[in-house]
Amino acid sequence: MTIAHRAAGPLTVAMAEQRYPEIFAFNARRGIGLALAWGIPFAVLLYGLVVFDFSPVRLWNGLGQLGMLIRFMFPPSIDGVMWEFMKAIFETLAMAFIGTLFAALIAVPFAFLSARNVLRFSPGRFFVRRGMDFLRGVDQLVWALVFVRAVGLGPLAGVMAIIISDIGTLAKLFSEAVEGADRKPGEGVAANGGNTLQCARFGILPQVLPMFISSTLYIFESNIRSATILGIVGAGGIGYQLSERIRGHHWEEVATILLMILFTVYLIDWVSGKIRSRLIEGA
Amino acid sequence: MSTQHDNTGSTAWQSFRRLQHQARIEKYRVWLLGGSVFLALFITSAYLSHFSPGRIAEGLPKVHEYLVKILPELGVATFREDMAYWFYGFPGWMVLLGETLLMAYVATLLGTLGAIVLGFVAARNVSPGAWLTVLSRRVLEVARTVPDLVYALIFVFAFGLGPLAGILAIAIHSMGASGKLFSEAIENIDMKPLDGLRSVGADWVQCMRFAVFPLVAPSLISYSLWRFEINVRTATVMGIVGAGGIGQELITAIRMLYYEDVSALILLIVVAVSLTDMLCERIRHGFIGKENFS
Repeated sequence: MTIAHRAAGPLTVAMAEQRYPEIFAFNARRGIGLALAWGIPFAVLLYGLVVFDFSPVRLWNGLGQLGMLIRFMFPPSIDGVMWEFMKAIFETLAMAFIGTLFAALIAVPFAFLSARNVLRFSPGRFFVRRGMDFLRGVDQLVWALVFVRAVGLGPLAGVMAIIISDIGTLAKLFSEAVEGADRKPGEGVAANGGNTLQCARFGILPQVLPMFISSTLYIFESNIRSATILGIVGAGGIGYQLSERIRGHHWEEVATILLMILFTVYLIDWVSGKIRSRLIEGA
Repeated sequence: MSTQHDNTGSTAWQSFRRLQHQARIEKYRVWLLGGSVFLALFITSAYLSHFSPGRIAEGLPKVHEYLVKILPELGVATFREDMAYWFYGFPGWMVLLGETLLMAYVATLLGTLGAIVLGFVAARNVSPGAWLTVLSRRVLEVARTVPDLVYALIFVFAFGLGPLAGILAIAIHSMGASGKLFSEAIENIDMKPLDGLRSVGADWVQCMRFAVFPLVAPSLISYSLWRFEINVRTATVMGIVGAGGIGQELITAIRMLYYEDVSALILLIVVAVSLTDMLCERIRHGFIGKENFS
């Protein structure tokens, strides 16, 4: 190709069009396909904007209101409420910690039950998997609503919501790790007369434990974020303080809480980044 | 065996045993320290979150009782009637579910548009200016650190009750989350096409459009589909703070003790969420497949 071009001298667009008309010709099928691929999503977007009343007037008025709220937020108030907010932040962290820990412990057996390479024929696998999908499909906040109804207001409902929804998530992540494990160590245990449980414990668990720990850390981090909002439905933590302050229009305290949440999340990101890079270095 | 016994008196063996001893002490120290820190964290956390065996034992029967209450009575003989009774609100709920999906769709598109603009500016390797990059990175950070439900709580005050507040909240949060992923994808590209375009005098927008965008487009699509799945879940709970969608109906059912509605609505949400997940996975595989073949 390049040699041919050189022989023909510099190639301008007009010359190229003359020489290869089939490349520049309008291709009806391609044209219609492209129009549909761009047009349909765009039409749905427009429909949505109309249905949900995205009028410029409404947006402008809303932005004005928002500006006013932000003006109310300054200066953030810190006197008298700091200790209460700190306690709520620690409660949030505690909920995430206990929730993740128990979710991880309970998820391990379910992960092995739903992994294809541990039990070859298991009628239970289908049900375990669908059950995990169900736990994961319902948002954590909906679980929190249900548990607040069942066990009353407070952090315990939040912890239970975290445990239930994360059993689903972690069991899926763990079972993927188990399915990706090398099966030779397990075969070695089986060849020495080990039963299924021993194969799982001595053949597979040592391989997948680092992956288990790293996904648990990741979920812990994400739980800290989500635990900050569980309080909105009354399930304890900083979210409870936040929604109370918003409902009571104490905007300067809202600003304090938002800044504290930002600071905590940054801190946790930084710490877990350090831990993860140390784990990777160590491995 | 015998050679080993012969060596026990040698200095090499003794120094080996000394090192082994030190290593063991070191290992025990790490375990003891780590274990006690973990135990202290555990006890403090359990205390702070009211997580005690007594309260669990007290709570679990109540959870069970509640679950029994929200489940409907389905008889084999009267199955049709029972189902019709259970899902009596089906047409209205489907409309709300449609609204929820549309909310997630609009929010994902708006968020992705913002994320594409800010993501290109925030990528360090193709930065149009150091100040712009720093600024857009900070904006993305704040946008993704504040949870979407908190934005929704505040927006409900500013924009009024209804889906508008929810959409804006989800859009801003997903702009922050996707924008970070986009800028990371851009930071990992091959720089040669960009150098080529720069050498023929293309400006920044042209460079982005013709050198960078084609390289990252597959990952942009894949991230956005993944974001859409997450946003569908989020949109189902936006109604809890009054920001539109099926969550409004759910929280009413829970607060007003319409027990069987709760299970019907949760079931509908789970089905809708799982169907979206499956559909998105299909589309994603289609795109990845195409990219691999062409």
